[in-house]
Amino acid sequence: MEIWELGAKNIREQVLRKEISAQEVLDSFLARTAEVEPKIHAYIELIEPQARLDAARVDALIMRGEDPGPLAGLPVALKDNLNLKGVQCTCASRILEGYISPYDATAVKKLRKAGAVFTGKTNCDEFAMGSSTENSAFGVTRNPWDLQRVPGGSSGGSAAAVAAGMAPLSLGSDTGGSIRQPASFTGVCGLKPTYGRVSRYGLVAFGSSLDQIGPFGNSVWDCALALEAIAGEDPRDGTTSKRPVPRYTEGLKRPVKGLVAGVPREMMELVTDPGVRREFERALKIISDLGVTVVETSLPTTEYCLDVYYIIAPSEASSNLARFDGVRYGRRAKARDLDEMYYETRGQGFGIEVQRRIMLGTFALSAGYYDAYYLRAARIRTLVRRDFDKAFAAHDVLLSPTAPMVAFKIGERVDDPLAMYAADVLTVPVNLAGIPALSVPCGFSRPDESGPELPCGLQIMGKPYDEETVLALGYAFEEACSDWFVPKTAAMRKSLSSQEECEVVVRDTI
Amino acid sequence: MSETQYELNVGLEVHVELATASKMFCRCKTKFGDPPNTNVCPVCMGLPGALPVANEEAVRLGVMAALALNCRVNLSSRFDRKNYFYPDLPKAYQISQFEEPLAVSGYVELASGKRIRIRRLHLEEDAGKSMHAGDDITTASYSLLDYNRSGVPLAEIVSEPDISSPEEAREYLEKMQRTLRFAGVSDVKMEEGSMRVDCNVSVRRKGEAQMGVPVELKNLSSFRAVTRALAYEYDRQSRLIEQGKRIARETRHWDEDKGVTVSLRAKESSQDYRYFPDPDLPRLELDEAFIESVQRAMPRLPNQVVDFYVNVLGLPKYDAEVLTVDPNLVKFFDRCVELGGEPKPVSNWLMGDIMAYMNAKGLSYDTIPVTPENLVAMLGLIKDGVISGKIAKDVLIKMFETGKAPGDIVKEEGLEQVSDDASLSVIVDSVIAANPEVVAQFKAGKDKVLGFLVGQVMKASKGRANPAKVNIMLREKILS
Ligand SMILES: [Zn+2]
Repeated sequence: MEIWELGAKNIREQVLRKEISAQEVLDSFLARTAEVEPKIHAYIELIEPQARLDAARVDALIMRGEDPGPLAGLPVALKDNLNLKGVQCTCASRILEGYISPYDATAVKKLRKAGAVFTGKTNCDEFAMGSSTENSAFGVTRNPWDLQRVPGGSSGGSAAAVAAGMAPLSLGSDTGGSIRQPASFTGVCGLKPTYGRVSRYGLVAFGSSLDQIGPFGNSVWDCALALEAIAGEDPRDGTTSKRPVPRYTEGLKRPVKGLVAGVPREMMELVTDPGVRREFERALKIISDLGVTVVETSLPTTEYCLDVYYIIAPSEASSNLARFDGVRYGRRAKARDLDEMYYETRGQGFGIEVQRRIMLGTFALSAGYYDAYYLRAARIRTLVRRDFDKAFAAHDVLLSPTAPMVAFKIGERVDDPLAMYAADVLTVPVNLAGIPALSVPCGFSRPDESGPELPCGLQIMGKPYDEETVLALGYAFEEACSDWFVPKTAAMRKSLSSQEECEVVVRDTI
Repeated sequence: MSETQYELNVGLEVHVELATASKMFCRCKTKFGDPPNTNVCPVCMGLPGALPVANEEAVRLGVMAALALNCRVNLSSRFDRKNYFYPDLPKAYQISQFEEPLAVSGYVELASGKRIRIRRLHLEEDAGKSMHAGDDITTASYSLLDYNRSGVPLAEIVSEPDISSPEEAREYLEKMQRTLRFAGVSDVKMEEGSMRVDCNVSVRRKGEAQMGVPVELKNLSSFRAVTRALAYEYDRQSRLIEQGKRIARETRHWDEDKGVTVSLRAKESSQDYRYFPDPDLPRLELDEAFIESVQRAMPRLPNQVVDFYVNVLGLPKYDAEVLTVDPNLVKFFDRCVELGGEPKPVSNWLMGDIMAYMNAKGLSYDTIPVTPENLVAMLGLIKDGVISGKIAKDVLIKMFETGKAPGDIVKEEGLEQVSDDASLSVIVDSVIAANPEVVAQFKAGKDKVLGFLVGQVMKASKGRANPAKVNIMLREKILS
């Protein structure tokens, strides 16, 4: 077995026992990356020289008998909307092509201190706006389970990198499902923490009241390890919570017997793929076998969530993205005067989906429309929160499929924004409510008779700041499934090696 | 045209820079005059991913300003984003307070007893500074940007349109400036831009219920500019009404050199700032205990000081008003009194020779060129008859220039009054001998001429003779 196949937990322990070095670990993942990246295109930029320095630093600490931190040299891939000092931060946009970040995001700084080795910046939908990673100025990322399909999005590169074995851990960001939905599409674990649990400082803002950074891993344990490292109060982000950070890895074995799980009926009505429904129902059976009481429940505002989300997120985005004006950094178009400079810079720099959302948001905030759109959406959002509060008064967790479908084909939905937005319909309510949610693989569906099996995910939603219960149930569920899920992933990875390289498809986004 | 037919209504928007060490939403220095773009960071440069965090000291000073201006502080207020594109605005939005300001319902009381109501006081961040190679950004061949000022905390204070003359506007601004300076919340210097004023002016026929069409005035860089521009606008607008013409709702620019206002842009096409709550900043929640602690820490404000000077120290109202133009002057005066200086003489010297010297040298009140200890010592020397008031004027100049104690200057320069009989007697004798005719006139009963003889003695003694003694001695010697 190669080192990259061992799993984060084993690798870390072997490094700490000095059986392997952090540099050997990195070598193994880099070799795997060289092999499969030409097929997947998960990365916008690999940063091998920096990664080697980071790994050498971790080894030096271990050699001197010092604590290298809980991650002990584990490679981590970062979504390209997270600032890493000295490295390009493009957000998969032409407008930031060549922009070198002068500072580390707080989550990045914390990971570095915890002993992480950063491998590079992963592909995503431009400014995290999308559900397929097709809206990238630098090409489409492919799903390791079927190279003709999308990995989901917007954090598709981070999900695919972990799924394909190029990195044991990665970070993404989740505004309306951008971690959980690609985790579901690529058969890995993905966690969106409670809003305020992880500092957003250094995450390029999309929808500031919705954005959260979170990890991808091959297992729930991996996600717990990463969350432990990145969570906590940050004096640079006034929306972070002062609550102490629990030892999430140690809480995983908490008994789940006796928990009460609710399944919102309104969410089930939105599931379009019968395979996804079947696998979810099978998962519910497994969960009740664990001693969890599974009952049907109701979230009446579910039907409004997508509409509310597509007013609030673009409104905030229209303001957040106004700073990309060509004045101080990033792309600047040649122009005769200031107004032309703004128009041309932004017209050429932003892709069509980003422009669409900026216009939507600008409209929703305009005088005369603000009350009918933004303010109304904000009020309904309060009702959504209340719905969840009510549901959590009677249930410890809520369960649903992560996405209503499995990974779709590249190009299938990209010209139909509403069909694309529908991929987020089960994840968006969680961001509106600010609660934590985990996507854990729960089965496979085969949408094409002749095509390969594609993974689908179980979404476990928890009370605010109750990541521990969410992770504990995810962990217990994963244990119950591992005998059949892990071998399938291994087989997918093996077959990936024999696949042919794929060309980089850059959509004409302008 | 009879001007008295028309009534002027002015509302002022005043921006003051709060005197914090660091910026409103980051930890960069607020220092004025550093090299361009040296006091900046990802937050105040609007770099991707940076987030604002409110500066507690700025909040404290904002509350202090609000209380000093008799406002009611809202225990819960909110930051909003004001969205517009301009190169010196790095995030393309300014963080301000729109819907729910920090404080409301204050006032400034004028000498007449009239109160100018303050509608609201809110916190916001300043923009950077642009310098254009040309007249403005639309025609310049290039523009330079300095973001040192970007993110400096501001309090915006908006009055009701209660001001009805240019003089009232000036008094309102002076009173506000003085109050905020005493409260220690800001330098409030218009020349340095730490106080900025925009006016909303309208004119209507007297007795009309409806307010006139408001015109906004910009580029008012001194109190004088404010009064001149308002007088000009009053004239312009009342003339337009007289001619039956419509007054345009617009923004006008004050041209200081030409003494006129010129139209800048029509307000009809006014910008839509698309205000909405800033999701990056939690609501600003304050509690009563905090407000009370700020109130307790409030320094004495100018009207309290004036009361004290007049009613307790017995100073004339005029002196009290002059001394309270600046908190440093008050501090200096109070220290003198504390050291035993008599209030009125201290006030006389401060308002007279000391201010004259400072004006001539262009010194500000934070650099008074003498210490209270030395000034009081000098007054002691006068009182004890060691030097005359006349000599004291020269001693004071030497004190300004050398910083030495008055006693030392007097000693070194031999400036003590000559009061001992033997030395005076010699001088008096020589003056009597040199002026026989005048002496004769005095003897003949012409009392007035004694003054001339005293003057001669003073001159001969280089001003050091004790004039009271000289007077007595001359009388004795001539008449005996
Ligand atoms: Zn700064």
